[in-house]
Amino acid sequence: MIVGSIAGIGAGLAAIGAGIGIGNIGGKAMEGMARQPEAASKIQTAMLIAAAFVEAVALFAVVVAFLGTGQVN
Amino acid sequence: MDLSHIFNSKKFFSIATCAMLIFFLSFSAFSQEHASSDTAHATTAQPHDAKPEKEEDISKMILHHIADSHEWHFFGHVAVPLPVILLTDNGLVSFLSNKFGHNDHGTELLDVNGTKLVYYHGKYFYPEAVKSADGTYIAYNNKGDIINSKPLDISITKNVVSLLISVTVLLVVFIGIANTYKKREGKAPKGLQSILEPIIIFVRDDIAKPQLGHKYRGFMPYLLTVFFFVWLNNLMGLIPFFPGGANLTGNIAVTMMLALCTFILTTVNGNKNYWGHVFTPHVPWWLYPLMIPVEIIGLFTKPIALMIRLFANITAGHILILSLISLIFILKSVLVAGIAVPFVLFISVIELVVGFIQAFIFTILSALFIGMAVEEKHAEH
Repeated sequence: MIVGSIAGIGAGLAAIGAGIGIGNIGGKAMEGMARQPEAASKIQTAMLIAAAFVEAVALFAVVVAFLGTGQVN
Repeated sequence: MDLSHIFNSKKFFSIATCAMLIFFLSFSAFSQEHASSDTAHATTAQPHDAKPEKEEDISKMILHHIADSHEWHFFGHVAVPLPVILLTDNGLVSFLSNKFGHNDHGTELLDVNGTKLVYYHGKYFYPEAVKSADGTYIAYNNKGDIINSKPLDISITKNVVSLLISVTVLLVVFIGIANTYKKREGKAPKGLQSILEPIIIFVRDDIAKPQLGHKYRGFMPYLLTVFFFVWLNNLMGLIPFFPGGANLTGNIAVTMMLALCTFILTTVNGNKNYWGHVFTPHVPWWLYPLMIPVEIIGLFTKPIALMIRLFANITAGHILILSLISLIFILKSVLVAGIAVPFVLFISVIELVVGFIQAFIFTILSALFIGMAVEEKHAEH
């Protein structure tokens, strides 16, 4: 029998979403840098900010999962 | 500063970190099954009923290591006791944390100058009048939460000591180089200056100027302070022994204070344009009942996201490293060390990068939020 918290599954799903999001951001940023290497540093900063916002969603899910697992025990 | 490759890979790894964290925490049952099947194969006469407790011990150990504590543990049974200061009903009491031994199971009554206390799982409570069935002075409600009341704990804990150490280091280093700059004005940097000048210029040119424009000067002290404070504490948290290992930036109270500073700066410096965006957004008037609450919530979610991002990233990193080391004990084989230890080393190196990135992100987002507050009116929108 597998005992665990359903919150973990939710956090996993959120991680998938954030993964897709950050993948898109990183991919598009690289594309932009390849097309316009002179704008690389600007693109990089904007990419990091956008990635941080997406990442925050996954981290919210981690915190929710913490709270969820805490409730179970 | 061209760090794009590291940055890109970091984003990837932070997601990997999250995924692994969830794997280890929520599905630890999976490894538990593994462990029992392993021992079953080896046909050793392990008592089966002892195993679930062992699993719980490991997750308890991990949470104990990332939490705050009333003593600074060095190795084995060597620990430095730290002063406990409690604001109880009978006034302020203070004592060293080892005065009453190391019993934290709540089974012992502590008598501090007439104030009765009980120490349970790293926290001080007022005891119940009688012992409960499990031999402790702690009572629970039917949800399983502790119902004992607590004195206000303003102790010098491990995190506070770590905070004082890092503040001392920052003050000594930065007052030192500030004086050197005064003395050697117009000359080439020397000593510590040479290491820190590029980083200070990086904060100015890559963080402050793009986000704040020509108003960057007034906010440089805050941005530099926050950047070096977060960075130093992230790195100190990664050192497994004194003076590191206190997980300060992985403590939500600390990140909350940092985020609160950004929030106050944003709110205080917000100009007419910024508040105009909040209270008279550029939408048809009949959408105002919907948009104004959303904008007001938006004011608070930004610093809250800032707080949780730093806290969760650093905590996740620490839990990941501890979980990987614990694999040796979960799978009960020293051979696992061959995989676990190099992997821990690898993750530790990643964490060094994450420590920098999170300081950078915290600072750049602070600058961005402040920049939004002080920005002049545009023609667009």
